[in-house]
Amino acid sequence: MENKTNKNGDARLMKGNEALAEAALRANIDAYFGYPITPQSEVIEYLTREVPNRKEIKTVVLQAESEVASINMVYGAAGAGARVMTSSSSPGISLMQEGISYIASAQLPCLIVNVVRGGPGLGTIQPSQGDYFQATKGGGHGDYHLIVLAPASVQEMADFVFDAFKLAEKYRNPAMILADGALGQMMEKVILPEAGSLPKAPAPWATTGKPKDRDHNIITSLFIQPEEMEKVNLRLQEKYEAIQSEVRYEEIKTDDAEILLVAFGLSSRICQKTVDLAREKGIKVGLLRPITVYPYPYARLKELANQVEFMLTVEMNAGQMVEDVRLAVEGKVPVYFIGRMGGMILSPEDILHKVESVKEK
Amino acid sequence: MNEKLYLEDEENLGTQTEENYEQVYCRPNTLTDVPFHYCPGCGHSVVHKVLMEVVEEIGIQEEIIGVAPVGCSVFAYHYMNIDMQEAAHGRASAVATGIKRVLPEKYVFSYQGDGDLAAIGTAETIHTVNRGENILMVFINNGIYGMTGGQMAPTTLPGMVTSTSPYGRDVSMVGNPIKIADLLCLLPGAYYVTRQAVHNPNAVRKLKKAFMKAFEYQKQKKGTCFIEVVSNCPSGWKMTPVETIKYLEEKMFPAYPLGDLKVPKN
Ligand SMILES: Cc1ncc(C[n+]2csc(CCOP(=O)(O)OP(=O)(O)O)c2C)c(N)n1
Ligand code: SF4
Repeated sequence: MENKTNKNGDARLMKGNEALAEAALRANIDAYFGYPITPQSEVIEYLTREVPNRKEIKTVVLQAESEVASINMVYGAAGAGARVMTSSSSPGISLMQEGISYIASAQLPCLIVNVVRGGPGLGTIQPSQGDYFQATKGGGHGDYHLIVLAPASVQEMADFVFDAFKLAEKYRNPAMILADGALGQMMEKVILPEAGSLPKAPAPWATTGKPKDRDHNIITSLFIQPEEMEKVNLRLQEKYEAIQSEVRYEEIKTDDAEILLVAFGLSSRICQKTVDLAREKGIKVGLLRPITVYPYPYARLKELANQVEFMLTVEMNAGQMVEDVRLAVEGKVPVYFIGRMGGMILSPEDILHKVESVKEK
Repeated sequence: MNEKLYLEDEENLGTQTEENYEQVYCRPNTLTDVPFHYCPGCGHSVVHKVLMEVVEEIGIQEEIIGVAPVGCSVFAYHYMNIDMQEAAHGRASAVATGIKRVLPEKYVFSYQGDGDLAAIGTAETIHTVNRGENILMVFINNGIYGMTGGQMAPTTLPGMVTSTSPYGRDVSMVGNPIKIADLLCLLPGAYYVTRQAVHNPNAVRKLKKAFMKAFEYQKQKKGTCFIEVVSNCPSGWKMTPVETIKYLEEKMFPAYPLGDLKVPKN
C-alpha cells in the first residue's frame, strides 16, 4: 500500500501461476482450497509458502483431498460470504463440474482458475486451449454460464484475479480465469495490483448465523417444483443477458485490416507477431482478441465482417472458438481455422502461411 | 418460545379458551412452522427435532450453520430455523469444512444419510475427520437409500431386501455393510464418536445428551464429533413404523451396536 504513487515499486519478474497467487493475496481472499496438478501447482505452493510468513494475511489455505472436495469447500465458504477461490488444470476442472453447477445455481461468487493442459483424458501437461467449450458453454449440467476471462500475459494472470472477483461479486456468479500451461509457467515482468484495493460488497444472503431479526438464510440449488425451477432459470438467463455488457476484447491493427485473425490467450500473443510479419509483406492483417470469452464479442465480430475479406481463427485445439466466430459473422465472410493440439504450439510463420494460402484461393 | 398451542381435542375448541390450558410442550423456536415431509414414523423427523431442541436450549441459534445433504433430509433447511446450506451428494462435510474455515467461531454441523456419507462421500468423510475439522457430523444410518426409492446402501444388512438387492444383499458380490463410525475412530482427528438411536424415549434422551456434548466440544475446539443415529426407513424397508422398531432391535442394533465408540480421555 505504501507503493501507491510508485507502482513500479511492485514490478517483479514472476511465473504466471505465482503472479496469480500473489494477486489473490492482494485481493484479500479469505480462502483458497485446491489440489495439486501440473501445470498449476505453483499456485498452492506459493500460497502455502507465503501465507504463514506474512502476518497481515489471514487467508485460509487448505490442500483438499481432491478437486471434488476443493470445489465443495469453495461452495461452503462462498455461501458463508467469503471471497474464495480454487485453481486446477483440465482433469481437475472436469472433476469439479458438478460443484461448479451447484455454485452457479446457488448464485455464489467465487473464482475458479483453469491452467489448461492438453487432453482428452490424462493427456499431457503441455499447454492447450482444449477446454474452451467446457469453460464457455457451461461445463457441468444444466443451463448456466461462468464469466470467463482469458489472460494472454503474466500481467493479466495477476490483473484478472481482481477483475474476476469484481465481476463475480457484482453478479453473484462464479468466474473463471481460463489460462494455459504456458501462461502459468512462463516468467514475465508484472506490476502487481495494490494490496487491499478490491473492496468487497456486503453479502446479506450469506449463511453467517441467523440473527433474531432476519429470516434464516439458505444456500441451495434445489428447486423441486418445475414452476419454481423455471423462475430460477429465467432469473439466471436475465443475469447472463446483463453480463453481456461486460464483454471485453482487444483489437490490433483492425482499422485498415482486410484479413482478421481471431485468437484468445496465448494464441493471440503468437498472432500479434503474425500481424507484423504479414504487414511487412504488405498484407493488411488485423487481430481481434476476446479478453472475455464469456461474454463473447459477437457484436464486434459481426461489424468487422463488413470490413474484412475473411477471418482466420487460431487456437491450440481442434477448433472450438471458431464456432463462436462463425455464429457472430452469420455467414457474411468465410471463417477459417488453424490450430494445433496435444500441447503443440503454432509459430507465427505457420499462421502467416495459412493466411497466404487462403488468400491465394 | 412459540406461543401456539396444540390442541388435541378438536371438539373442545369452541368451548375452551387458551387460558384453560397449561402449556407443557411446544415446538422449539429453532424449527420453522413448515410441516415435515418425512414419511410417518421416519427417524429423520425425530433427529431434526432433537437437534434443534439442543440448539435452542444451549442458545446457539444465531451462531450455527447447518449443511443439508442430498437424501431424504435434503429439505432439512426448510425445517431448521437456522442458516443452512444444501450440499451436493456426499459433499456435506467438504461444504461444512469450507464454512467452518472461514467462520471458525461459529458452530457448524453436517447432516447426512448413509449413501451420502458412507458411499459417494466416503473420501470427504474420512478426510474431514482426519483433519479434525471442528464440526459435528450427524450420520443417519437407515441401511437404505430412502430418497431414491429404497435401493441398497453401503450399510444395508446382509440378506436385506432392497430394490437393487431384490434377493437380499449378497455380500460375495457387493461386500459387507460398512461400519464407517468404527473406521473413523482410528483417526486422531475424531474426538468423540458415538452411535445412538431414536426408537424409544430413552434413546432420544441419550441422543440429546450426545448432541449437547458435541456442541460443547466444538466450542472447546476439540476436533470432529461424529454422531451416528441408527434409524429406520418404513417406506424403504416396506414395514410399518412399529415393525421397523422390531427390525432395529433384532437386526440393526446387533450389527451396529449402540453406545460410545470413542470418548475423550480425561
Ligand atoms: C451425484 C448424484 N448421484 C446420485 C444422486 C441420486 N441420489 C439422491 S439421494 C440418494 C441416496 C440417498 O440415500 P441416503 O444418503 O442413505 O439418505 P436417505 O435418503 O436414506 O436419508 C441418491 C443416490 C444424486 N442426487 N446425485
Ligand atoms: S423414504 Fe425412508 S428415510 Fe425417507 S422420509 Fe420416508 S421413511 Fe424416511
